Amino acid sequence: MTEAAALRIEGLHKAFGKLEVLRGIDLELAEHEVVCLIGASGSGKSTLLRCVNLLEPVDAGRIVLHGDEITGRDVDVNRVRRGIGIVFQAFNLFPHMSVLGNVTLGPRKALGLSKQEAQSRAELLLGRFGLIDKRDEYPDRLSGGQQQRVAIVRALALQPRLLLLDEVTSALDPELVAEVLEVIRELAAEGMTMLIATHEMAFARDVARRVCFLDGGVVLEQGTPQEIFGSPKEPRTKRFLERFVEAGRL
Amino acid sequence: MLIAVASTLAFFGTLGFLVTRAPGWERFKEYFLDWDRYRESFPEIADAFLLNVKIFLVAEAIVLFAALGLAVLRSLPGPVFFPIRALAIVYADFFRGVPAILIILMLGVGMPSLGVDWVPIDPVFWATVALVLVYTAYVSEVYRAGIESVHPSQDAAARSLGLTRFQSLRFVVLPQAVRRVIPPLLNDFIGLQKDTALVGVLGVVEALRLTQINEAASFNGTYYLVAATLFVAITIPLARFTDWLVARDRRRRLATGSPL
Repeated sequence: MTEAAALRIEGLHKAFGKLEVLRGIDLELAEHEVVCLIGASGSGKSTLLRCVNLLEPVDAGRIVLHGDEITGRDVDVNRVRRGIGIVFQAFNLFPHMSVLGNVTLGPRKALGLSKQEAQSRAELLLGRFGLIDKRDEYPDRLSGGQQQRVAIVRALALQPRLLLLDEVTSALDPELVAEVLEVIRELAAEGMTMLIATHEMAFARDVARRVCFLDGGVVLEQGTPQEIFGSPKEPRTKRFLERFVEAGRL
Repeated sequence: MLIAVASTLAFFGTLGFLVTRAPGWERFKEYFLDWDRYRESFPEIADAFLLNVKIFLVAEAIVLFAALGLAVLRSLPGPVFFPIRALAIVYADFFRGVPAILIILMLGVGMPSLGVDWVPIDPVFWATVALVLVYTAYVSEVYRAGIESVHPSQDAAARSLGLTRFQSLRFVVLPQAVRRVIPPLLNDFIGLQKDTALVGVLGVVEALRLTQINEAASFNGTYYLVAATLFVAITIPLARFTDWLVARDRRRRLATGSPL
């Protein structure tokens, strides 16, 4: 446990009414590290990411971001969120704004950039991810894969030091998954610190430095992809992964 | 197209035939369809109608913003804002529950009778206030339905970009909410335009009041037709304008590379 960790989560608890979703999560991410969260639906992956972005208040435990606790009482949540990007399963683009409007909203309103600064920053990113010719389109006109790439660009426009990805390919048609995963691979190669909840096991094995198996609201097992996918120790991890093998997806 | 024309002609032909064959048709024609009276009284009633126009233009401009404010107050989350939410609910319940004509009478008669020098005694002023109060209650419910129809994930996405609660409301939630409620919103405005006719109960000579005076003096109802013409003439453009706004928004979102 070093103070240099990009993200440290200690004993995190979160319940919705009587339903305890997170029951003591401990997790640490080093700078430039890519960690994948796997686990069944309802195991708490999404809730964990939403807690890190302070979209859900936590019941107990601490989250420390770059050495600063962000779960304290007088934390400026808006400031914290500006340093963390999150991409959602359902894209959540703003349908009443063009692609450029979506990407520049955060930089303009949250970071206080001028319109020109925000636009040139957005155009640079859109160009890098092959979306520059879509800058004036509205989200309804884009394919799912394009929408999700725009959502990633929107998160990157804030130049976050940590990126959270919440099952970003689950709502996509199979043939559109690859283009989104390609973007994430690129970001990983550049050294972006990422915490990724995913059902794409092959992708997790490929891109993650560490894989965490969430079960019953705790991190039941974690290790390198070789350890988790090659020789899982916990019987529940084995059973979970066997289902993917049976379905021909691993 | 041909079938539509044929069926329309057949339908209205039959209807016209039946009406003109009614036993009281001659008397009805004399009472309601006196073309000379129509032409003669039109300028005078149109002049009085300007007061209706003035009242609804002022009222609509205020309602548009007051109702939005009320809807936003009512959607404030958390226990801290409970008293504000409760007040907003009581307001909306009260002013939607009491007939508009009663509010107009109570304010229009009641306020001037207070005899306080800085309280206006102009019945037009109080009638406008009454309409604003009533329609703010209605329209705020329309706005609220719009705000609630925007999925919470939109707010979450905005907040995740570091936008404040107010910025999220201002740039993400409200623009979508308002677009969705434009048709019911303008529907309420049509109601407001028509309800300006209630102002006559205070003795203010607006279009309907003048019509009644003319009718009582001549026992002829053609004046009502004049007033009806004027009200319809002002509401139909508003209805078409609504359709145009909705279609434009749809085009904009679905069109290729449309630069706003």
